[in-house]
Amino acid sequence: MRILEGSPPRKGGGHTLWTSQPPTLERRSGIHAFGGGSGSGIGDTNPGTPGPRFPQRMTPRNSLTLSMTCLWEGGRSQRNLWAACQCGLCPCRERCGTERMSATPTQKAPPGLLWIPQGRWFKSAVDPMTLYGPPSGRGKPWSEKESAGTTQKVWFRRGVNSHNPCGTSWIEMVGEMTMVNVGLNDQVWGISCEDRAVYFRQGVTPTELSGKTWKAIIVGRESDRSHSGSSSSLLSAGCFFGDEVRGSGTESAPSDTDASSEVERQGPEQLLPRESVDHSRNLKGNLSKGPETSGSTEQTMESACPDDSKGKAPEASGIDECHGPASTPAELPWTNIDLKEPKRVSSQPSTGFPETTGLSSLGLFPLGMEEPYGADDHPLWAWVSGGGCSVEACSVLKWFTVQSGLSPSVQTLSLSITPAQTAAWRKQIFQQLTERTKRELESFRHYEQAVEQSVWVKTGALQWWCDWKPHKWVDVRVALEQFTGHDGARDSILFIYYMIHEEKKYLHVFLNEVTVLVPVLNEAKHSFALYTPERTRQRWPVRLAAATEQDMNDWLALLSLSCCESRKVHGRPSPQAIWSVTCKGDIFVSEPSPDLEAREHLLPCDQMFWRQMGGHLRIIEANSRGVVWGIGYDHTAWVYTGGYGGGCFQGLASSTSNIYTQSDVKSVYIYENQRWNPVTGYTSRGLPTDRYMWSDATGLQECTKAGTKPPSLQWTWVSDWYVDFSVPGGTDQEGWQYASDFPASYHGYKTMKDFVRRRCWARKCKLVTSGPWLEVAPIALSDVSIIPEGADVDGRGHHIALWAVSDKGDVLCRLGVSELNPAGSSWLHVGTDQPFASVSIGACYQVWAVARDGSAFYRGSVSPSQPAGDFSITGDCWYHIPSPPKQKLTQVSVGQTSVYALDENGNLWYRAGITPSYPQGSSWEHVSNNVRKVSVGPLDQVWVIANKVQGSHGLSRGTVCRRMGVQPREPKGQSWDYGIGGGWDHISVRANATMVPRNMSREQEAHVQGPVYC
Amino acid sequence: MTDDKDVLRDVWFGRIPTCFTLYQDEITEREAEPYYLLLPRVSYLTLVTDKVKKHFQKAMRQEDVSEIWFEYEGTPLKWHYPIGLLFDLLASSSALPWNITVHFKSFPEKDLLHCPSKDAVEAHFMSCMKEADALKHKSQVINEMQKKDHKQLWMGLQNDRFDQFWAINRKLMEYPPEENGFRYIPFRIYQTTTERPFIQKLFRPVAADGQLHTLGDLLKEVCPSAVTAEDGEKKNQVMIHGIEPMLETPLQWLSEHLSYPDNFLHISIVPQSTD
Repeated sequence: MRILEGSPPRKGGGHTLWTSQPPTLERRSGIHAFGGGSGSGIGDTNPGTPGPRFPQRMTPRNSLTLSMTCLWEGGRSQRNLWAACQCGLCPCRERCGTERMSATPTQKAPPGLLWIPQGRWFKSAVDPMTLYGPPSGRGKPWSEKESAGTTQKVWFRRGVNSHNPCGTSWIEMVGEMTMVNVGLNDQVWGISCEDRAVYFRQGVTPTELSGKTWKAIIVGRESDRSHSGSSSSLLSAGCFFGDEVRGSGTESAPSDTDASSEVERQGPEQLLPRESVDHSRNLKGNLSKGPETSGSTEQTMESACPDDSKGKAPEASGIDECHGPASTPAELPWTNIDLKEPKRVSSQPSTGFPETTGLSSLGLFPLGMEEPYGADDHPLWAWVSGGGCSVEACSVLKWFTVQSGLSPSVQTLSLSITPAQTAAWRKQIFQQLTERTKRELESFRHYEQAVEQSVWVKTGALQWWCDWKPHKWVDVRVALEQFTGHDGARDSILFIYYMIHEEKKYLHVFLNEVTVLVPVLNEAKHSFALYTPERTRQRWPVRLAAATEQDMNDWLALLSLSCCESRKVHGRPSPQAIWSVTCKGDIFVSEPSPDLEAREHLLPCDQMFWRQMGGHLRIIEANSRGVVWGIGYDHTAWVYTGGYGGGCFQGLASSTSNIYTQSDVKSVYIYENQRWNPVTGYTSRGLPTDRYMWSDATGLQECTKAGTKPPSLQWTWVSDWYVDFSVPGGTDQEGWQYASDFPASYHGYKTMKDFVRRRCWARKCKLVTSGPWLEVAPIALSDVSIIPEGADVDGRGHHIALWAVSDKGDVLCRLGVSELNPAGSSWLHVGTDQPFASVSIGACYQVWAVARDGSAFYRGSVSPSQPAGDFSITGDCWYHIPSPPKQKLTQVSVGQTSVYALDENGNLWYRAGITPSYPQGSSWEHVSNNVRKVSVGPLDQVWVIANKVQGSHGLSRGTVCRRMGVQPREPKGQSWDYGIGGGWDHISVRANATMVPRNMSREQEAHVQGPVYC
Repeated sequence: MTDDKDVLRDVWFGRIPTCFTLYQDEITEREAEPYYLLLPRVSYLTLVTDKVKKHFQKAMRQEDVSEIWFEYEGTPLKWHYPIGLLFDLLASSSALPWNITVHFKSFPEKDLLHCPSKDAVEAHFMSCMKEADALKHKSQVINEMQKKDHKQLWMGLQNDRFDQFWAINRKLMEYPPEENGFRYIPFRIYQTTTERPFIQKLFRPVAADGQLHTLGDLLKEVCPSAVTAEDGEKKNQVMIHGIEPMLETPLQWLSEHLSYPDNFLHISIVPQSTD
């Protein structure tokens, strides 16, 4: 018996002992041939004729051919494990032809193999260059060799390494195999002589390449299961970020389905070699030339196995036994197995894919009901190649048994024990245990238990947004279990008990792993979302809903308190805290750990713990001296009082002082839609295909005046509906906007072509809550910025520079702001030629602003002594800076020296060319799209709210992201790190100047970090 | 028919009624009443005696209180042995409740380990678990667990939560079905009659011929003195969790079902009681 085997291509290669081609080739294919033993010696071995065109008549002894391909394409591997199946036992001529089986690893399926007959053979590459010789993994050859003529022993070549490719000696292995094959990690596959089952060598490790034992793989056959990979999980978190500049109307991102179908298309068919060279002829030719063409390989083989001459026919007596009396020649059903491995993702560390480690994640399915092999238990395998499978040495493999549920240990064990024995000893144990309990407990039940069952702080009935599809609210029992540790610290677990398929199950969350609890209030549900780092990566929080608002607030407050306790976070946030706001106006704060902005080993931002502060804001800005300002939806300015809690956080979770009532007002908008008809003009009778005559802005939801409710029960109406004349595009005197049809652009005047019109109605609603905030009257603001200061900047004595833009577009400078008087004393108006929209002051008093027309302005000459700039300079203090081409800027943020701006299409721009002598810079450089808000901090760290981030389970809109790789020499950074998200609207990192002290002293650090350009 | 799972439950919820009495020489300010408690067999003394400590400390002056230790009939009780083992080994033939004497002075340095906090118990417990899994699975299972799983095991024991503990421990009890068992059975055999604290050897659950090893096989191999000679009368009791499994019981089954939470089979060999 002879084996010709190609070494599967692999990344980086190991020893390429038997190959003549460099393993670094981008794309390689190999054919691996196994000359089937023809015990009858009729010479009918024609191993190169697979495929339906050459149905062979073979004796059952004839084991078969094989083919194996591996592609290495674009850094992704497509690996196939094929085996030829011989169904020699039952005469099944009618089953002649080809059966292709593919084993498709699915991420959702339980580990194991799924073999799908597919009735089609596909052509394999036959490349003479890739016929190498004996199978080799990373360089350890295995061989099976005939010894006594009736057995097929397995031999392991000892001592093979890159220095000694020939190895030292052969070692005989236990077990008889008709063939063996070696895979990427040197794991070994074989077909046993005895039962023709596929075996896997267990215990192969880099240090013990010969392994320990052979284990049979149970190969389930299933013909009607389809691949069911979790394709959406293959999307990377950052798939919505791009380098291209987004313009208007290019917002449309690929939907889940688009992306997944793309992934699906990369199926095996496409990646298989297209070479449709005449398989048989080529293979035959190569086979006959094998010894000559394989060069040094063959020499090795010959020197080692002198008996293994060309065309040697194995006896294969084991096969005969197997086949029993059925010596009838059978048509050989061709079977090849196509193992599609999920794309390895280890090469893409930045993405949040679920990990799949080669075969260990494959699904194993039980044997199908329709067993085409008649009485035989399993198919008789003739050939296997696992050369493309990477099996981690230490992974626990589960393909050795047909599994039905968990822990088969007891079942298998009991099989090997006779019932009689079982009865005796087991019965005795049961009996004695019962007696023991009676003896030791019965008279002493009044004794106190040593361990009190842990305190159930709270149990209740909630609803849970279930993890499986179709997603819906399911009733659950919830228990928060709190332990008091010996050191007095509390630790809590939240249990969620649910029913699925009439089976009780539960989910548990350790509260010390929870990163944030977010209330999700709408008019229908009082719910909240609970995130852990894992859930953050998945973009799929645990969502729980309570029956009443009170119930929800109780749970939320209790869980928040437990989270804070287990994190030992309480009291007032530190001055360096990072603040953020959700689109619902909820305020969150996170204590920055020193390694959050470390150069190396920084804390992933999905592990940041956020706690909620009472209050309701749209914008929040902070400074490292503890000054925090916020702006409400109604443009009211608020200053942080130093308290904590408020809102639903009462009692322990709230400070007793510094909590004040806070209110906010926002408008709800609905649209009145009308269509023109020739008789009556515009009426509220549309076409059947038209949108609702009263709808939201998209037209998808019906929104009537009567039926529209405030956003949540926190809000109450404070006005009646009124026509909003201030909509973009303008209106006529009655507030109407006209268009040719509904999904179109509207204008404020009627033309002949306008068949529809709409009118925006607004209604104000008000929310009253409480929090550590005091109003800064009387001017309403639309933006605010506080100077970021390094941790070691001696800002004491100076007032803190604070700039703002009023809701009318005036630029203002607040005077008298200090730690002791964070509200400051008065506003100083800074003149501009046009209304402004956004302002930001950098650490060196460089003031940047964005006007409502979308252009930027720089203001120099601001200093501690001249807080609004030097008015004595004649002319305009504002230096006009054009916006990026065709873009209107909306926001600007200035850190230590970096200046970032955001445009209305979500593009993030970095201002390049800023030097001390040319502080306005030279050009805008595009950094990324998909950004909603940007915050640049005193370390020039760049944080944004990203528009869309893909998780492994879901998509989140409005996600906190940090720019990675930002360094003094590379202020634009390199990539994104994804933090909390789904509904986040604003972040301020401008107070965080905390950094891990490195080896150098603080002075040196300060020197490096210092205001280079000031 | 009772399910094997019930064995796990019975083992876990085994309780020993105990009467704690303060040692007569301890100086008290007032009379210290005995304290009665149901001790979990699978737990450790210092883990479950907070109440005892508190009870007796109330009767004592603060300065007279130092590290607590326990003694039964003159033998200091090792806190790092499971309670059930201590009872089986030392007191199984005596009447219930188990009378334990509580000491706060004269810590027997040569007999006992100090237990400064429950962290010490946790460290000991987890190291036993790891040792057991090293024997069973070359540590593969325990090493593949996450830290929170380890924590769950410990919290499960500490808070006497069977479900919580077994949700994780189940994984430690699995083995490749074609193996018929663990690599080696983690066991320790204790005898009061010898100086040696315990016997621990490598012992496989399956014999070379494929037969399952039984409890009897194990004892014959590692502790022949414990097994009664063919003709002689039964001199010793082989106890696990207060019961005497038949010597024919397969060792693998015992390891899966009668191991203590630390995953060891703690087997006591005690002289046959005369009565």
